[in-house]
Amino acid sequence: MLVTAPSATASRPKVSIRGAAKQFGKMVALQGVDLELQENSFTCLLGPSGCGKSTLLNMIAGFAEPSAGQVLVDGLPVKGPSADRGVVFQEYALFPWRTALDNVAFGPMLKGRGKAEQQEIARRYLALVGLAGHEAKYPGNLSGGMKQRVAIARALANDPSVLLMDEPFGALDAQTRETLQEELLRIWEQDRKTVVFVTHSISEAIFLADRIVVMATRPGAVKEVFDVEIPRPRERSDPEFVRLEREIKLLVRAEVQKLGVI
Amino acid sequence: MSATTLTPDMAAAERPPSPWPRRLADAGMRCLAILIFIAIWSVVSLGNQYLWKFFNPLLLPTPIDVVRAGIEAVQTGELQANIVASMRRVIQGFGIAAIAGIVVGLAVGTWRPLEKLVEPMIELLRPIPPLAFLPMMVLWFGIGEMSKIAFIAYAAFFPVFTTTVEGIKFVDPVLVRAASSLGASRMDLFRHVILPAATPSIITGLRLGFGLSFFVIVAAEFIAADSGLGYMINDARTFFLVSQMLLGAVVIGLIGFVVNILLRGVEGWLLRWRVATRG
Repeated sequence: MLVTAPSATASRPKVSIRGAAKQFGKMVALQGVDLELQENSFTCLLGPSGCGKSTLLNMIAGFAEPSAGQVLVDGLPVKGPSADRGVVFQEYALFPWRTALDNVAFGPMLKGRGKAEQQEIARRYLALVGLAGHEAKYPGNLSGGMKQRVAIARALANDPSVLLMDEPFGALDAQTRETLQEELLRIWEQDRKTVVFVTHSISEAIFLADRIVVMATRPGAVKEVFDVEIPRPRERSDPEFVRLEREIKLLVRAEVQKLGVI
Repeated sequence: MSATTLTPDMAAAERPPSPWPRRLADAGMRCLAILIFIAIWSVVSLGNQYLWKFFNPLLLPTPIDVVRAGIEAVQTGELQANIVASMRRVIQGFGIAAIAGIVVGLAVGTWRPLEKLVEPMIELLRPIPPLAFLPMMVLWFGIGEMSKIAFIAYAAFFPVFTTTVEGIKFVDPVLVRAASSLGASRMDLFRHVILPAATPSIITGLRLGFGLSFFVIVAAEFIAADSGLGYMINDARTFFLVSQMLLGAVVIGLIGFVVNILLRGVEGWLLRWRVATRG
């Protein structure tokens, strides 16, 4: 099921993707995607590289335009990036010439907040991601996990209604990765943004998401959508977790095989 | 970054500055190298004068002679006047080059149509040694200050311009994306992302340009000047005052050395975030 039936409360979808496709020259990166993401939901786009999951995220972010179809946020077509859709990148994308505090204060600064207010907001969000006391450090002096914490704080400090995360924990080691997954859920439960999270880790997707969109390769498309109903906090050894993991693994493996030798 | 951070407190390595004894040893080695150089110079000069008499001793005075010439030139006030004259030209010419190089570089780097127009012109002029234009500059701007300032400005423009354009071209696109997803307008992007990201490159260009200014002012003062360190050297040549010629060279070297230290200090301060990244 790609389109969720309107519930009794009939909440309007936060993000609607209608027949969105993306072509780069002759290469079809993404074909006819239809998705509706409810407000305050946590969606994972899952698939091997080349399935167009980052392309889809970039279209929601406004970095790329669909070649066909539409991407709507709050019912309005996306026209370029906006402060209402925060993005967290795999490469952290911190400004190396700004301290952790000034990185987080970037959004409030652009909004023309006073210096004191900027700093106050930045301090609050750095504390939220567990980096109180590291305000004056430059990104060059932070570890990968800490950089990504700063990047998350920076996106949240702008108070966007949608948070887009493009394999944010992909470059981190296994332990840091799991810690940050837990922290991300803790933060998300306090202040439920609509999250779209791109990953190729099945266990990461099951651990985090309300909904997992498994993507197909060649061409990129939506293959299957899973609603994860395991109550949080989820245990990776939980039988339902393991069963879902196995089911998705088979799906993803079939997609990887389409790519041939990798 | 290898640190496996479970908690953010397990901070990434913050390198302590190199310990004092090692720095002292480094400085000692440098001084020793300079002393050895002066010793070789003295030996060649004095040895030639008194022992093997290979060439006219007037051609290579001893370091002491040069120092003596320096003291004399300071006492007459000639040396200070010449330093001031040269520095004034360098600062004015370099100032023009820096402003023009950065402004044109920023414009060309951010606006593609302009790049297509300007780049070929620059590429045409750049391989020509600036010195080739010196006689023309004298014709155009006369033998006064103007020709020298214009000449320095012309020569120093290229490194500043080129590094500014390069700096802008190599701004990490993901930083631009990050800023625009935080709500940055085109103007914000320029001011808060492109400019700071290009700063290291621009500073390198300024240092190169300043070095070049110094390089060409001496040549300019050989040709048409009645003051300045280049004039001092050339004037000494006419009177066969080799110590004074060497004095001019030594003073230029010393000024270059001091200025480079100052510029590196400014660079280190402006790019203090980058120091943290090193190592």
